[in-house]
Amino acid sequence: MKIIVDFGGGLDICFENKKELTLEFEEQQIKMTDLITRLKTLCNPKKLDFFYTQQLRPGILVLINDADWELEDKEEAQLQHNDRVSFISTLHGG
Amino acid sequence: MVKYCQSCNTQKAFMVRPKTGNLICQNCFFQAFEDEIHHTIISTQMFKPGEKIAIAASGGKDSTVLVHVITLLNKKYNYGLHLYLLSIDEGIKGYRDDSLETVKQNQITYDLELKILSYKELFNWSMDEVVAQIGLNNNCTYCGVFRRQSLDRGAIQLGVDKIITGHNADDMAETFLMNLLRGDIFRLPKSTAIITGDDGDNGIATLPRCKPFKYTYEKEIVMYAHYKKLIYFSTECTYSPNAFRGHVRELIKNLEAIRPSAVIDLIHSCEQLDAPNQNQKLPQKQLCQKCNLLSSNKICKACTLLESLNQGRAKQILQIQE
Repeated sequence: MKIIVDFGGGLDICFENKKELTLEFEEQQIKMTDLITRLKTLCNPKKLDFFYTQQLRPGILVLINDADWELEDKEEAQLQHNDRVSFISTLHGG
Repeated sequence: MVKYCQSCNTQKAFMVRPKTGNLICQNCFFQAFEDEIHHTIISTQMFKPGEKIAIAASGGKDSTVLVHVITLLNKKYNYGLHLYLLSIDEGIKGYRDDSLETVKQNQITYDLELKILSYKELFNWSMDEVVAQIGLNNNCTYCGVFRRQSLDRGAIQLGVDKIITGHNADDMAETFLMNLLRGDIFRLPKSTAIITGDDGDNGIATLPRCKPFKYTYEKEIVMYAHYKKLIYFSTECTYSPNAFRGHVRELIKNLEAIRPSAVIDLIHSCEQLDAPNQNQKLPQKQLCQKCNLLSSNKICKACTLLESLNQGRAKQILQIQE
């Protein structure tokens, strides 16, 4: 299955300045936590904007198909083929 | 399972509001977001018709949304305000020069007059030069103090009556907590004041600064910008990694993750420090009627808790017997 990930609010700097990634998974259904685990392997370890002490940094908004992941079970939310997940930082600038 | 908006009960919800925990759809959110800011403006009598207002604009998310919402509300509710954009160029290469491009874009979109003042022309020091001189400690203090004064000078040059800034609820909570952690008891009660500088202390009145987003959560500002497709600049300032505010910010974000109302609760605490509710009285000390030890009620908390525990035990025994 394929998941599209995009980054807003300057988070692309953690992923080689890429604003969008397309990730392939062998499973037919994954959870958000699986996606986050995959992103850990791709994130520049020197940049602390995305992961901080192994956790997704608080203050990052997560949208699954353009809806707040707090509507679902956040890390436990199920993802399907072709879903789009957006990570938007609220941390920078005023 | 489809979750519906708890305001209109017809549309699909797209977000959880941090202040209330309510589910809301996109249209109701836009409406509530704008209405609440209008309410803040009206209930605090922030503006008078005909006033000239400078919007402090950095090109970041808060000021970009501020320009959008104030322009909209000014038309919708006939505030009768004359709006101007005021930007400060701190002289930080690769940061402020880029964000000012966003402000210039806003100027065209909303057709407002724009004034840009630079630290270099006002103080003969750019922040790049300041950091070269003093390094990365306390540099944010210089920048903050200079910006404050630059905004005042720019506002005087524009001949405006007031300055509005995009400070949001999260910023307010941070400032309150920072003053608390520093033990700055003089600043503490006014940490979250919505209008500052208009008090005329000692016969010296400065231009009032107002914060229409005082009660607006950062999450909602970013959501609003995202769904309205507003273009803003979002890069961390090159010189801010050591700022004390950053650590307090982290702390508040962690608190908010556990209890989203923490942000508004902190603002509420600060308001109570500034103007305590006179009707609220501390409970009188007395002796508990049951155990005869210190209590603030007729029956002390320990006796009340024991009572409810014992009742529960009785109920459990009954259940077993049944």
